[in-house]
Amino acid sequence: MTVDMLIDWFATIGDFPILSFLLAVIISGVPLFLVMALNAMVAVYVERKVSAFMMDRIGPMGQGPGLHAGKWGLLQTAADAVKLLVKEDTVPETSDKFLFKMAPYIIFVGAFLGLAAVPFSSVLQVADFNVGVFYIIAVGSIGVIGIVMAGWASNNKWSLYGAMRSAAQIISYEIPAGLSIIVPIMMAGTMNLQEMIHFQEGNVWGILPNWIIFNNPFTFIAFFIFFISAVAETNRTPFDIPEAESELVAGWMTEYSGFRWAVFFLSEYANMLVVSGLAVAGFLGGWQSPIPGMFDTGAWGLFWFMGKLIFLIFVMMWFRWTFPRLRVDQLMHVCWKVFIPIAMFNIFGVGIWKLIFG
Amino acid sequence: MTSAEIKAAIESQFPGTIVEREDLADHQVELKGDQWLDIATFLKNDPNLSFDQLECLTGVDTGEEGPLETRYNLHSMEHRHKIEVIISHDRENPKVGSIEQLWRIGDWFERETYDMYGIVYEGHRDMRRILCPDDWEGWPLRKDYEGQESYHGIVVPKMKEEDGWE
Amino acid sequence: MGVVKGDQMILNIGPQHPSTHGVLRLEVMTDGEIVSEIRPHLGYLHRCFEKHSENVTYEQVIPFTDRCDYLAAMNSNFGYVVAMEELMEIKVPERVDYIRVIMGELNRIASHLLALGVYGLDIGAFTPFLYMLRDRERILDMFEYTCGARLLYNYMWVGGVSHDLPKDFQKICIGFLDYFEPQIEEYNNLLTYNKIFVERTADVGVIPADVAVSYGVTGPNLRGSGVKWDVRKDEPYSIYDRFDFEVPLGDGHFGTLGDCFDRYWVRMLEIKESVRILRQALKDIPGGDVHQMLPKKIRPPKGSVYRRTESPRGDLGYYIMSDGTPTPYRVKMRSPAFTALSVLDEVSRGWMISDVIAILGSLDIVLGEIDR
Repeated sequence: MTVDMLIDWFATIGDFPILSFLLAVIISGVPLFLVMALNAMVAVYVERKVSAFMMDRIGPMGQGPGLHAGKWGLLQTAADAVKLLVKEDTVPETSDKFLFKMAPYIIFVGAFLGLAAVPFSSVLQVADFNVGVFYIIAVGSIGVIGIVMAGWASNNKWSLYGAMRSAAQIISYEIPAGLSIIVPIMMAGTMNLQEMIHFQEGNVWGILPNWIIFNNPFTFIAFFIFFISAVAETNRTPFDIPEAESELVAGWMTEYSGFRWAVFFLSEYANMLVVSGLAVAGFLGGWQSPIPGMFDTGAWGLFWFMGKLIFLIFVMMWFRWTFPRLRVDQLMHVCWKVFIPIAMFNIFGVGIWKLIFG
Repeated sequence: MTSAEIKAAIESQFPGTIVEREDLADHQVELKGDQWLDIATFLKNDPNLSFDQLECLTGVDTGEEGPLETRYNLHSMEHRHKIEVIISHDRENPKVGSIEQLWRIGDWFERETYDMYGIVYEGHRDMRRILCPDDWEGWPLRKDYEGQESYHGIVVPKMKEEDGWE
Repeated sequence: MGVVKGDQMILNIGPQHPSTHGVLRLEVMTDGEIVSEIRPHLGYLHRCFEKHSENVTYEQVIPFTDRCDYLAAMNSNFGYVVAMEELMEIKVPERVDYIRVIMGELNRIASHLLALGVYGLDIGAFTPFLYMLRDRERILDMFEYTCGARLLYNYMWVGGVSHDLPKDFQKICIGFLDYFEPQIEEYNNLLTYNKIFVERTADVGVIPADVAVSYGVTGPNLRGSGVKWDVRKDEPYSIYDRFDFEVPLGDGHFGTLGDCFDRYWVRMLEIKESVRILRQALKDIPGGDVHQMLPKKIRPPKGSVYRRTESPRGDLGYYIMSDGTPTPYRVKMRSPAFTALSVLDEVSRGWMISDVIAILGSLDIVLGEIDR
């Protein structure tokens, strides 16, 4: 959206199509990168505090700027970022140096590209593709290449194990995720994210918002299948077998330190944001207000979108600190023998529902 | 069964293997080591005795001129009786049959006694040290043990009688 | 030594191991993810306990026993002291017996809490670990209140204990028990009945009963396989025959008899039984002087004794030989974790690497005790 708007605006000034395209992209991309960085900083802090409160502790604390880490530890993430930047950049002697250095950036690219299509509000979206949903799902697979590169290039058996497990997991769980996201596409009749959100305006029986999740029981189930597969895509517990701390030290990230490791974490939190954003846009009405008719003008859209997004990210963190992790073959069993049949059955059910009830 | 009955059972099955000693308690019996494997099989498999648990295997160094000993504490889960078997070994060449196939914990217990005393258990499938590194020299728990000077370049500290650690 | 086939991989778990069992190196031969053989390498924590004890007096051995099984130091002391008193034929006052039972059972609860919490951590559940450690801290606070130390106590001496209980210890302890019993329900809700946890542990690492007895496995590991053997009931020492408690057995709760979940389940039930014993002991404890029967000089008669007691890990046995001098001639500690670790190779063949971690966690080993 913003790219289109900027190109139109540049067109009114003068006629330089290529330059205007590049300028529009850069001007839209930089704030996006800042959003990504800010998201990582805030999400890390929130995760530490949320996990601490769930575990009956208090997490990072401080007494004010300059003393430890700011009041309530607010500057902790900034301190961590500075520390990671000045840390020594170790590259293992026997590793494949080029792949080792490239791997974090490929994962970063995958997350960044996905972030470009997330509809933060009715105007705040970097690129409004006609095939928005398809684009996000496709671009999310780029991360797998980066993970396998990281595991292989580290020349370390543990990293290899973690990378292989991660590749198997992400590729497998894309299938139920993709099958479940077809359900909103079927309901709304379009893959364009903004139009899908527009489809969900209004209300049902006067009180319930017309979100796709409340439409019929099959879409309700589809939301849960999508959300759980999305958690598996981002390598979070209960699916964090690739980075299982107690078994594989740190899995495929074992040999990384300093800034490269920070890039991995940036990408993980950006991935969480992308898949949560897709879930919100597809199933939970995007930037539509939950109380139809009220609080739905202008900047309220951004508020509602961020609210729902933060709630879903909180649920992901909640999962991490409550559940143990699944073993690799149990993970695969759940994906192929449980989720995929249910997702396919959902598509069938939604089709029948639409046929009967229109 | 009481200890006297157990000793009588061993005597009747394997006559002449019990060695008389005055300083042993009631539940302890010293046997000659040459038929140990057969006696152990009998102790485990005989339905009246059925010693199915090897509680503890201790190596003992009885002093400068004395023999090395291995002491086996056996216990029966079924009959709830126990016996302690002592086998003496010649100091120069200590060895006896290995019972690791009968009581599988004998595997690690015998490796530990070998590691500490140098008693070789014949028939053990994997006789090597378990607590000390594989290329350690000497038998640490013997009374006349002198530690080696250095191990791979690391100085091994020695304890002097008069003035403590070196 | 063993031959590695061409398509097998050798993987090293440890010696620096994220799961906090101690310094253990497991050499695992795998075929992809399936384990074909495990060779444990011990000795990283060998501190020559048995050689040291031949050079110090009998009382000076007691702090060494603390440091062997550092998670259940009271029970390690208890075992040594019971063996010594059998050798010297000392009868301690009743109050001393009650205090020892109270301390032993409190330490059993603390040790089991740590074992279960760390097991959850190995499986991936981060939160129950912190809840269990929070409750364990309260027990350690009570120990500190009594004898000044949180983890290594040197509390039980031959013929008595080092310090008498403080005046309000009973009140504090009963307050703790009242707070603690509902917490067990919370742990059950969070971890025990969690479907993912059950899937990871049920049917995994089954130890059949005869294999367990042959490998010398004892304690909760043996009871998880269905064998009813508890030294407190079958060869009672101290005053354990006065208390009314049960011995929980594994029963194939969610899977096969003798799997990892059964061993976990037995430990969870044992915590409840320890709470029962504690309540009875705290009610009936008599008065008296705890230092009454401390011998002036410990000089046991010539002879030897082997006595075992029930530590949280299993049968802790001490073989003590005396030659009439104040210095022991031979002290051998038969540690339950040593025998528990020996069964790891046999049980893990054919399972995946994640299962090896699960099985190792369910055996509850402490390397200090294995290496001594």
